[in-house]
Amino acid sequence: MEIQDIIKPENLVYSKSKLQVDVISHYCPGCSHGVVHKIVSEVIDELGIQEKTIGVSPVGCAVFAYNLIDIDWQEAAHGRAPAVATGIARTNPDKIVFTYQGDGDLASIGAAEILHACNRGENLVVIFINNGIYGMTGGQMAPTTLVGQVTSTTPMGRTVELNGYPLKITELIAQLPGVHYCTRQSVHTAATVRRCKNAIRKAFQNVMDKKGTSFVEVTSTCNSGWKMTPVQANDWMVEHMFTEYPQGELKDNDKKG
Amino acid sequence: MAKVRGAVVVDKEGCKGCGLCVVACPQNVLALNKDVNSRGYHYSYMANPEECIGCAHCGLVCPDTCITIYRVKL
Repeated sequence: MEIQDIIKPENLVYSKSKLQVDVISHYCPGCSHGVVHKIVSEVIDELGIQEKTIGVSPVGCAVFAYNLIDIDWQEAAHGRAPAVATGIARTNPDKIVFTYQGDGDLASIGAAEILHACNRGENLVVIFINNGIYGMTGGQMAPTTLVGQVTSTTPMGRTVELNGYPLKITELIAQLPGVHYCTRQSVHTAATVRRCKNAIRKAFQNVMDKKGTSFVEVTSTCNSGWKMTPVQANDWMVEHMFTEYPQGELKDNDKKG
Repeated sequence: MAKVRGAVVVDKEGCKGCGLCVVACPQNVLALNKDVNSRGYHYSYMANPEECIGCAHCGLVCPDTCITIYRVKL
């Protein structure tokens, strides 16, 4: 059988979601953001909520997310996406609101906003991309940087004496009573991409059912900031990040007896 | 002989040559081309097209969503 006989519309099994705008993204080659954007687009498409969804984009590499996914977007000041999303969700209760934030945005400058929005149990999806570094500004140390990790502001590696411990903000958020669903996923293999998609679909479904805050952390790579190839960065993440940031569900109120 | 055949179409200009699909492929079908696209990236291509089973692993991990996958049952 020739390749031309296989490449026919009736044999299609996987293609770009129609919500993804047909432009070449600004992300570096191999960036996890692209995979998460794809998952978010597919989930919104499959749930049929394109017209009802409002995303709040952060300051960070995902600041241009409005160029890439064909839904309504609002840009927030650095770290303030949960506060802006609170306003949108309260004034538009029929809309599905989500924030998409990186670790520099959510865990550092926006730590107060995210903790209080989650504690109030705002009806939001929060997608948290944790790559342990400030990728956009040149690879500086973030609160989530691992002990010993080399960044441009910790050239000898992060030390506990000088910089303290990595902030496990997802564990903090999981304890808050307003949070309905809290999970930590990754997107480095096909199996984990499928698991992450299920988690994000569940989070959006929870918001459609008005169950409270659903928080999805995606442990990610920043191969440019980490000064590695994309494949090396994935291996490094599995070896080092997963011990500090264990994968899996932290909280699911649906499963409570 | 395999019971399914697949085919992968890579959007040559959209590919940034990150190589994640090459590692994700269980059949060693994909490789990075020696040639480059207009932006200078070694884009991914089917080096071994007979082995493709259309599992879509490459498409799932592609950060730039430039892979389209087709599959037929023989």
